[in-house]
Amino acid sequence: MNEQAQTPRPSSASDDTAIELIDVNKWYGDFQALVDINLSVKRGERVVVCGPSGSGKSTMIRCINRLEHHQRGKIIVDGTELTDNLKNIEAVRSEVGMVFQSFNLFPHMRIIDNLTLAPMLVRKMPKADAEELAMGYLERVQIPEQAYKYPGQLSGGQQQRVAIARSLCMQPRVMLFDEPTSALDPEMIKEVLDVMIELADEGMTMMVVTHEMGFAKTVADTMIFMDLGEIVEVATPDVFFTNPENERTQLFLKQILTH
Amino acid sequence: MSASDKNQPTQGSIFYDQGFRSIVYQILLAVGLGYVGWALFSNVIENLDRQGIATGWSFLWTSSGFDIGESVIEYDAGDTYGRALLVGFLNTVRVAFLGIIFATILGVFMGVARVSRNWLLSTISSWFVEIGRNVPVVLHVIFWGTVIHLLPQPREAMVPFEGAFIMNRGFVMPFPVYDDAYPWVGLGLIVGIAGVVFLNKWAQAKRERTGQYIHTLWPGLGIFFGCPLVVWLAFGAPLVWDVPALKGFNFQGGLQLSPEFIALLVGITVYTASFIAEIVRSGIQSVPSGQVEAAGAVGLRQGFIMRYVVIPQALRVIVPPTASQYLSLTKNSSLGVLIGYPDLVNIGNTTLNQTGQAVEAITIMMLVYLGISIVISLFMNFYNRIVAIKER
Amino acid sequence: MPNDTTSNIPTSGTKSGRTAPPPTERIPVLKWIRENLVSSPLNTVVTIICVFGLIYTVPDFISWSLLDAVFNASSHEDCRAAAGACWAVVADKHRPMFFGVYPYEEHWRLLLGLIIYCGAVGLTMLPKCWSYKFLVPLWLFTLFSTLTLMWGGVLGLAEVDTSQWGGLPLTMVLFSGTIVVGFPLAILLALGRRSDMPAVKAVCVIFIESLRGVPLITILFVAVNVFPLFLPQGLEFDKLLRVMVGMAIFFACYQAEVIRGGLQAISRGQYEAAEALGLGYWQTMIRIILPQALRICLPGIVNHVIAAFKNTSLVLIIGLFDMLTATTSVMQDPEWRRFTLEAYICVGFVYFCFCYALSKYSQQVERWLGEGKRF
Repeated sequence: MNEQAQTPRPSSASDDTAIELIDVNKWYGDFQALVDINLSVKRGERVVVCGPSGSGKSTMIRCINRLEHHQRGKIIVDGTELTDNLKNIEAVRSEVGMVFQSFNLFPHMRIIDNLTLAPMLVRKMPKADAEELAMGYLERVQIPEQAYKYPGQLSGGQQQRVAIARSLCMQPRVMLFDEPTSALDPEMIKEVLDVMIELADEGMTMMVVTHEMGFAKTVADTMIFMDLGEIVEVATPDVFFTNPENERTQLFLKQILTH
Repeated sequence: MSASDKNQPTQGSIFYDQGFRSIVYQILLAVGLGYVGWALFSNVIENLDRQGIATGWSFLWTSSGFDIGESVIEYDAGDTYGRALLVGFLNTVRVAFLGIIFATILGVFMGVARVSRNWLLSTISSWFVEIGRNVPVVLHVIFWGTVIHLLPQPREAMVPFEGAFIMNRGFVMPFPVYDDAYPWVGLGLIVGIAGVVFLNKWAQAKRERTGQYIHTLWPGLGIFFGCPLVVWLAFGAPLVWDVPALKGFNFQGGLQLSPEFIALLVGITVYTASFIAEIVRSGIQSVPSGQVEAAGAVGLRQGFIMRYVVIPQALRVIVPPTASQYLSLTKNSSLGVLIGYPDLVNIGNTTLNQTGQAVEAITIMMLVYLGISIVISLFMNFYNRIVAIKER
Repeated sequence: MPNDTTSNIPTSGTKSGRTAPPPTERIPVLKWIRENLVSSPLNTVVTIICVFGLIYTVPDFISWSLLDAVFNASSHEDCRAAAGACWAVVADKHRPMFFGVYPYEEHWRLLLGLIIYCGAVGLTMLPKCWSYKFLVPLWLFTLFSTLTLMWGGVLGLAEVDTSQWGGLPLTMVLFSGTIVVGFPLAILLALGRRSDMPAVKAVCVIFIESLRGVPLITILFVAVNVFPLFLPQGLEFDKLLRVMVGMAIFFACYQAEVIRGGLQAISRGQYEAAEALGLGYWQTMIRIILPQALRICLPGIVNHVIAAFKNTSLVLIIGLFDMLTATTSVMQDPEWRRFTLEAYICVGFVYFCFCYALSKYSQQVERWLGEGKRF
């Protein structure tokens, strides 16, 4: 394997770029979880990140909305650099939506209240407007009738769709998905993926960590393979699935596609 | 084999039938308990008779003949045993009520301190919790009783602030003399509380209508303190202090707290507070970190995350065990008998010793505590039903 | 291997093992201080308040308890002269404090019994030893040997009546009696409360709920004053035994609730599998359900065991001479009376050590359960 010369990417100030990661490194104690990550996501681009567990994909995506801190490098979201500055963090988080593997709905609030909480408190929307917005998104994810129930009364697939609607209520410019279907029973995966595909068709900038290769083939503009904290391969889906360059990518694809 | 035999299930002996057996067991249990109960009861009657001890509740109306050190209501040695027990009950309520308030404040503070980022604060509070929890409450109470005995004599009492004295006879401080204006000031306080509630409701409605967030903390405090203050000023600001003065060997006047009361209060407060601190800590830590992350991911800032996401969920975990701790504290107030604080058990014990009617005296004590515990249980069930997180 | 030039997104290095050590702060200690003590304005203020509080109290405490203290004194005069704590009071009075009125020459028996007892407790805490085959003989042996040592009358040991038992060994006897009698009772109550038979369930519920609602003191009063009335004339039970039974019943009511929680956590499938195999009720309970249930609620069980240990101090009120009562009565000595505080601190320290060790053990068990350790 030839060692690729490191070409540090200059920060492109173009309006085109939604997310930019420059030489990002992160350690947990002595263990290095992210190694020299360089990445640029354009507006409207759909990026799917895959790789074996422990490869750092979740860590990378969580760094983008500051759920984890990176120790070295720069992360720039929508022109705002992510630092310890609280104002920056809050500004970034209002524009970046995140969907978690374990949904993380607030169990003590009704669905409609889960959705309207942030718009009312952060964007200072009146309650009536917030509820209208929320019902609109609940219809988009096709469960408007559940609005007045509690999360514990919904199935996993319904909860995850609510979680997506909750993020959408803040009208973010970028959506991050951290293994959104990994905690779902097989029959519910499709309903969630359908929502995500619709979202992609409407032009949302998305970054999805997932093992669902069918989804990736349908939706992705760019495939990224990560292993051991590094980005190993970046390619378009056609190239990625039919003719991956790197040995590790090939190995991974073989494991994941044949079973 | 006839056709009917084939369709009939085999009837075993009735003795193996589960339903029959269960009924038999229960009848045996009831009969057994009934017999034991009757045997014990007749033994008791016989023994009491033999020892010449009276039975029945008439002793409650006879004169007690003993004095009680401190009391909320009027009492002297000529009053009945019934009144003496009432005095004991009120003393128990007095120390338990204050104990619950102080233990909650101290416990919540220590619990939050335990989970704070500040290493000094969390270490100090964890030492507090460990020492509080791992020493028996009996020793807590005796310890503080001993400390108070070591305090100086009234003539050399410690003076924390003007007019207040700490000494081995307890604690005295200046207290306002009753004035006719004070009930009105109390009314003003109630109006103030209502005002704060209305302020919050109004602010919330306004926020829902227009999206504007209105800070209610300082206006709320203003109303809470302002209303009684205005009433007090309207009456001409009456304030006459009853300042304790040294007369002979002790102080007269002012608010006086006996050493027994203080020792008992501090002992059970510190003990219970350390348990409440642990409950608060585990309640806060029980909220999954994913909740905080999701709330942060959607843009809420720290204050809102605490108020709308963490605390509601933490309270559901915190309140039931805390209610148990309140009950525990109330029961621990029975340790007054150790240091001479005239609580219900102490007076019940004296009654028991004087009249010899142990069964009646102990029954009264147990029934009172059972009543308190039922009240607290009812409250807890009520609370649980209201806040239960609904699941399918 | 050809470099990837088709994509216009640069890739990072493809060689693995390019990890580097983390960026070190200039001085690790400063980093720790920055994160834990002064990370925000509020944090800094809190730190300052704590530091002032500590400066105000700790040096005084250290000088009282260590620097000016008297550790060994021939008489109380030395203690009166000193400004600090008088730990010498413990040196002078530790025998009666910890052993009560037990005859002086026979104290070695108590010490030996204590060692055997602590050894047995230590072994019981190890998961490796958790089998009926080991624990039952171990505790039978402990019971017999300690009782023999304490009571005497055989093997050439002088007889010492129970009224003379006192101090730490009495605390241990009360504690063990409470657990040994109370624990099986707790299991029976828990099973009874979950029974299908309404009469059994009702009796258990009433029993548990009424006894949980009253203070332990009242139960001790019943044991001392009322229980003798229940017995026919001529029959008498040793006071110590009555008190032990009373504490055991109180302990059992609380413990039954904990065990009930564990029983509820066992899935229906376990009961059904046992039933399908033809096992009877008691066989199912003893061999299948209880071993699992007890492991699940072990932390709760240990918490109540710790509480039972602390509750032994209550016998101060009814005149049994456990460690605390012995200390209180011994400190009536007019020469040493002013140093009662030091004596109580020592006794408190002993309680603290036992309870703290047990609570750390309980946390360790919780950790084992969390890790899914098989035991």
